Amino acid sequence: MKPEVPLAAGGAPALLRERGQREVFCGLTGIVWLHRKIQDAFFLVVGSRTCAHLLQSAAGVMLFAEPRFATAIIEERDLAGMADANEELDRVVDRLLARRPDIRMLFLVGSCPSEVIKLDLSRAASRLSVKHAPQVRVLNYSGSGIETTFTQGEDACLAALVPELPASTATTPELMIVGSLPDIVEDQFLRFFDEMGIGPVRVLPPRQSVALPPVGANTRFLLAQPFLGDTARALEDRGAVRLPALFPFGAEGTFEWLHAAAQNFGVDEMRFRAVVATARERASRALERPRAKLEGKTIFFMPDSQLEVPLARFLKRELGMVPLEVGTPYLHRAHLAQELKALGPEVLLSEGQDVDRQLDRVRAQRPDLTVCGLGLANPLEALGLSTKWSIELVFSPVHGFDQAADLAELFARPLRRRDMLKV
Amino acid sequence: MQLTLWTYEGPPHVGAMRVATAMEGVHYVLHAPQGDTYADLLFTMIERRGKRPPVTYTTFEARDLGGDTAQLFQTAAREAYDRYRPQAMLVGASCTAELIQDDPAGLAEAMRLPVPVIPLELPSYQRRENWGASETLHALVRALAKRDVVRTPREGRRPRANILGPTALGFRHRDNLVEVKGLLAALGVDLHLVAPLGASPSDIATIGEADFNILLYPEIGDTTARFLERQFKQPVVRTVPLGHGATCDFIREVAEVAGVDPAAALGVGSRMPWWSRSVDSTYLTSKRVFVFGEANHAIAAARVARDELGFEVCGLGGYNREFARELRAAAAEHGVEPLITDDYLEVEAAITAAQPELVLGTQMERMIAKKLKLPCAVISAPVHVQDFPARHSPLMGFEGANVIFDSWVHPLVMGLEEHLLTMFRDDFEFHDAAGPSHLGAGHASHAGVESVPETPAANDVQGWLPDAERELLKIPFFVRGKARRNTEAFAAERGITAISVETLYEAKAHHAR
Repeated sequence: MKPEVPLAAGGAPALLRERGQREVFCGLTGIVWLHRKIQDAFFLVVGSRTCAHLLQSAAGVMLFAEPRFATAIIEERDLAGMADANEELDRVVDRLLARRPDIRMLFLVGSCPSEVIKLDLSRAASRLSVKHAPQVRVLNYSGSGIETTFTQGEDACLAALVPELPASTATTPELMIVGSLPDIVEDQFLRFFDEMGIGPVRVLPPRQSVALPPVGANTRFLLAQPFLGDTARALEDRGAVRLPALFPFGAEGTFEWLHAAAQNFGVDEMRFRAVVATARERASRALERPRAKLEGKTIFFMPDSQLEVPLARFLKRELGMVPLEVGTPYLHRAHLAQELKALGPEVLLSEGQDVDRQLDRVRAQRPDLTVCGLGLANPLEALGLSTKWSIELVFSPVHGFDQAADLAELFARPLRRRDMLKV
Repeated sequence: MQLTLWTYEGPPHVGAMRVATAMEGVHYVLHAPQGDTYADLLFTMIERRGKRPPVTYTTFEARDLGGDTAQLFQTAAREAYDRYRPQAMLVGASCTAELIQDDPAGLAEAMRLPVPVIPLELPSYQRRENWGASETLHALVRALAKRDVVRTPREGRRPRANILGPTALGFRHRDNLVEVKGLLAALGVDLHLVAPLGASPSDIATIGEADFNILLYPEIGDTTARFLERQFKQPVVRTVPLGHGATCDFIREVAEVAGVDPAAALGVGSRMPWWSRSVDSTYLTSKRVFVFGEANHAIAAARVARDELGFEVCGLGGYNREFARELRAAAAEHGVEPLITDDYLEVEAAITAAQPELVLGTQMERMIAKKLKLPCAVISAPVHVQDFPARHSPLMGFEGANVIFDSWVHPLVMGLEEHLLTMFRDDFEFHDAAGPSHLGAGHASHAGVESVPETPAANDVQGWLPDAERELLKIPFFVRGKARRNTEAFAAERGITAISVETLYEAKAHHAR
């Protein structure tokens, strides 16, 4: 059941656009990792019981610590005008900040209902910022499902941070890594840049909201994640320049990503290669084991995190997998230009979703592995199809040389498990 | 607006999904923005269902709002019908779609689908999950039940009952149902149908053919039971068979309504009475338990705690206001203030203040208990993946009473160990700080919670002198909270500001009387 799609132009893959039921998380889900990354920030969703239930279901079942997120649930009396929504919000924020005096930055996060009733969270954020200054800075962004899909929530959050960044007075180029990475991976990258003599290197988001990185005309930035379109544009508006590169997944992607910075910062080619040689070689060696399991296996990506294109490129080129369809909720052509070229023309790309039709294709093609969201994984497994739940790909350290094999192993494990089980 | 860290119930459309997913041949078309599809994972991940819930979401986006979201709804409904060919369809809106007022009911009616289409009006900003499930079951039964059924005379046949309430994603519904079916078999009562779990619309059509209804989960089936009582004159068995005593009451109630002999069914019995009477259980006497959960579960649990385990109920509450009246009555019977709230922070404060020795609650209270380092057993929804064990693990019926004994007693320190801890509290590996020895390292670390402050100033608020504070630490951790509370209450009553060792023992003597 191959869908008919227009022939691809040039070397890029063919693209199928679909419109139907989308089985994706909304942008609120990003809070699940963002609240762990920025350790003095709190995320307050202004939304409905559904929003609270989503966060709890997507995250709560995994986290038993006191979370740094909550929901201000809109009630009937807020809608009926019996209560002033802004006064109510102020009251909720007061109660929250009294409970968590350690919080330095509060994000008011817009949701579908708050967008539809046009609750102005940016005005609320300014008002509350004044009220709680200098202790707490209050910002806002929208993670609503009518505007954002899953990882776009992080994009909206980081884009909201950009206007807050101090102006850089640097007279020589400075590097910024953009996109939240696990601390261990971030530290690995910082060591590489240090050894190459590139510095200072800043990261967005920072681990502490009180240490926002400066930005200006001398800022060069590398995107660590492929879903940061709005953040990149906001940084460019402040004069920063994006360094185009493959994303740092796998040995090849990491090499090219680091290389893009090295070249821009005039690092001597021999020195660059000397700095990365050991880790790159180690990564290639570590990939041999998962490659034995994955080579020649077919893989189908349901749209989810926007990581699909770079991951398909990694799995195809470094592990010999065969991507049947690479679905993505949104295709950012400019940021993925190198990725699409590397992925090659014989792969079917799909943007948007009609989940029923897409599942028809999965059932017809019976891929060796399907990457999908939590709602679809067990129903596919019950049909005898191996799956990898995509949420793990945004929750685990998967970037960089030393995580390349871990990333591959995430795909190999479901297949290995299938071989092991005798029940 | 309500500040919510954790929510006890989902929105009402999730309740509707629990009903639709429980049934066969039903499809639910939900007008909802993208992102609301997260609800599928409740069923596929938490309950480990191997099928997607029978739900089509319209998943509109911002750009659709300017255009025709009504058209989007009709397209989704048409495609869902063509693909799934259900016997009946449910249509409704989630919280966001409720605001844009597209009227799914009217839109669906205009489509003239060849099957019954049942509109659901579930106000998301007022109501919650259980109410949504209850309303959905009621709407289905009202729409589908054949009104003109004539029950065959009772003479010469066995009595027939419906069971109302079990759904998908229910707390132990699967296993409880097995037990209750067993009780009915032992009573010689035939099961006509279970609704909604496993029923199809054509089954529901015949619901009036049963002689009576068994209301297993009032939070889901009460409205429907009342409707059936009016419509078909079907009496309702209302005792929830949770615990040994309630199971016996349930058997007697069914026997009376059905006109059968309860003796055989009662004869099965559970091990609970003897396990509770055997001397090993003496140490359970008057342990203070805080009970919180879905109101009907909490009420039943409080009865078991007091009457069947010999605990003292020191707090009783529920999160669903629909059953506030019943909960207040039960709290009055136990002599405690009822706690009726769905505010997690309020529950946390109440448990902290009560200083119980055991918490019987939901997964939320499990988190609170973990934070306060109290033992806890889970007695009600909201559910967690661990609430769907592979093994048979009912809470209802006689086997349920056995399971309750094990699972509520297990988190506590065992009888003899309790004495040894008091006698030899400085043993380097068998001591207070190690926690119950059968629970492993994860449950340890009671140490440090209440170490003696080096500077007495740190404890000024409590008025504890250092000697008294050190003496308090010699009391094992599982009763220390109670001792501290009793002593402080005693001191406060007498206007004592500095608590000494003497005060501690005065208080002990006072409370012993």
